[in-house]
Amino acid sequence: MSTINEKKRVLFDATAIANIVQRMANELAQENHPGVDVVLVGIQTGGVQLAHRLAEQLGKLWGRTVPVGQLDISMYRDDLDHRFAPKVHPTDILFDVSDKTVVLVDDVFFSGRTTRAALDALAELGRPKRVQLAVLIDRGHRELPIRPDFVGQAIDTEPGDRVDVKLPDNPEECKVVLEKSAE
Amino acid sequence: MTWTRKDLLDLQSLSGEEISTILDTARVFKDIGARPRKVMPALRGKTVVNLFVEPSTRTRISFELAALRLAADVINFTAEASSLRKGETLKDTARNLEALNADFIVIRHSAAGAPHFLSRVLKAHVINAGDGAHEHPTQGLLDVFTMLEEKKRIAGLRVTILGDILYSRVARSNIWALLKLGAHVTLCGPPTLVPRTFEELGCRVTHDLETAIKDADVINLLRIQHERQRKTMFPGLGEYTSLFGINRARLKAAPPDVLIMHPGPINRGVEVDSEVADGSQSVILKQVTNGLAVRMAILYLVNGGKLPQELIETYAGRTPDMVNPQQATATAE
Repeated sequence: MSTINEKKRVLFDATAIANIVQRMANELAQENHPGVDVVLVGIQTGGVQLAHRLAEQLGKLWGRTVPVGQLDISMYRDDLDHRFAPKVHPTDILFDVSDKTVVLVDDVFFSGRTTRAALDALAELGRPKRVQLAVLIDRGHRELPIRPDFVGQAIDTEPGDRVDVKLPDNPEECKVVLEKSAE
Repeated sequence: MTWTRKDLLDLQSLSGEEISTILDTARVFKDIGARPRKVMPALRGKTVVNLFVEPSTRTRISFELAALRLAADVINFTAEASSLRKGETLKDTARNLEALNADFIVIRHSAAGAPHFLSRVLKAHVINAGDGAHEHPTQGLLDVFTMLEEKKRIAGLRVTILGDILYSRVARSNIWALLKLGAHVTLCGPPTLVPRTFEELGCRVTHDLETAIKDADVINLLRIQHERQRKTMFPGLGEYTSLFGINRARLKAAPPDVLIMHPGPINRGVEVDSEVADGSQSVILKQVTNGLAVRMAILYLVNGGKLPQELIETYAGRTPDMVNPQQATATAE
């Protein structure tokens, strides 16, 4: 672990993230074996890259291509009256989610409100057989009765902290950064 | 960039970045329109009032559908059936709508600046759906959106706007959006309707059709607005058609892939022949489809926009009745 400054700290580097993703994929594969009906849906924007990385690993484990979609949840947020309009991103799901096992994928699990919005957004697209939630980081402070099924790593944070997950195309540059709040 | 404005009043006051934000947002909404289930709950529980003091069918329907797609409630209010006819001022009418907790007021009015006036006296989000000969921002946005979709770029695009420029709010909104995004704009029509003063905005002005269209990527045809003109602006529709009407023969002077656009309603046989209006280069109906996406984007974006600080201070601890009494003079005709 390296220190950027006293407020910002790299929690996981590229190697650590690769190990975490591998372990998540193993758990997902075991839980959903043989996985013929499994599709991954990344929540825009942080969950999309992670969904692709998980799908790649699952593909190797199951020996077939695992479909990946991306879901935008801005229209379903519960705080639209209290903030500037969030940037909307495309929802791009080229398969029918009905009767599938849909694994929602997000980078950070915090209040649970994003997941709630994602469940609503997903319901517009069909009726999955079941929905699971996979997150790279569970930072605590849930505000809703929602819990992830697959957690890469749980970490302790204060509510005002920032957890920044960077998963660029270049795996070398991947990292998870914790930024402590100012006080 | 993040959209922070409470209202959409005109395109003149927007930055190129703000316009791009609207276009990017509209792109996503257009995809939603192609889904089997088209309704999103972004404005659930909100009330949109279409305050159309001047008649309109397509713009009103487009706004109505956009609001419904975002799960808002919609009330349509037209001049014919309203108390404006009984002499109520625009401000009083709007205040009454706000007293019913209207969250958005979409206004079309024959007086330029009417939306700007309302935006200063109302907490509701105000969207200009056409004010006199001033601006029609959502039309300008949907036109630019369509050009971008078809031609993949706006910067450097050569756009010719043809027809009644002087009386056209569509022309003004097009000009502002196109110039801010780096397009080259040529204006053409009879000298009485296309004065040279538009050159000051950065447009090219010509009164010769062939010059105007020979290198155009896009020709945006404007409706001859009989109702807005004094009779003396040009000798007659026949002469206008013979000099500026677009038909297949005349279109040969333009590049083969030129895009034909028209905000509607079309006067077939006047500014454009049916052959061209219904031809393969025409994107007139796509404009209508795109209008819906653009209006959804606007409703979504301004919903998050905040009351400007000076208005928050004005409202604090006071009733809306006390706001800006000196501005209460603008009335509906």
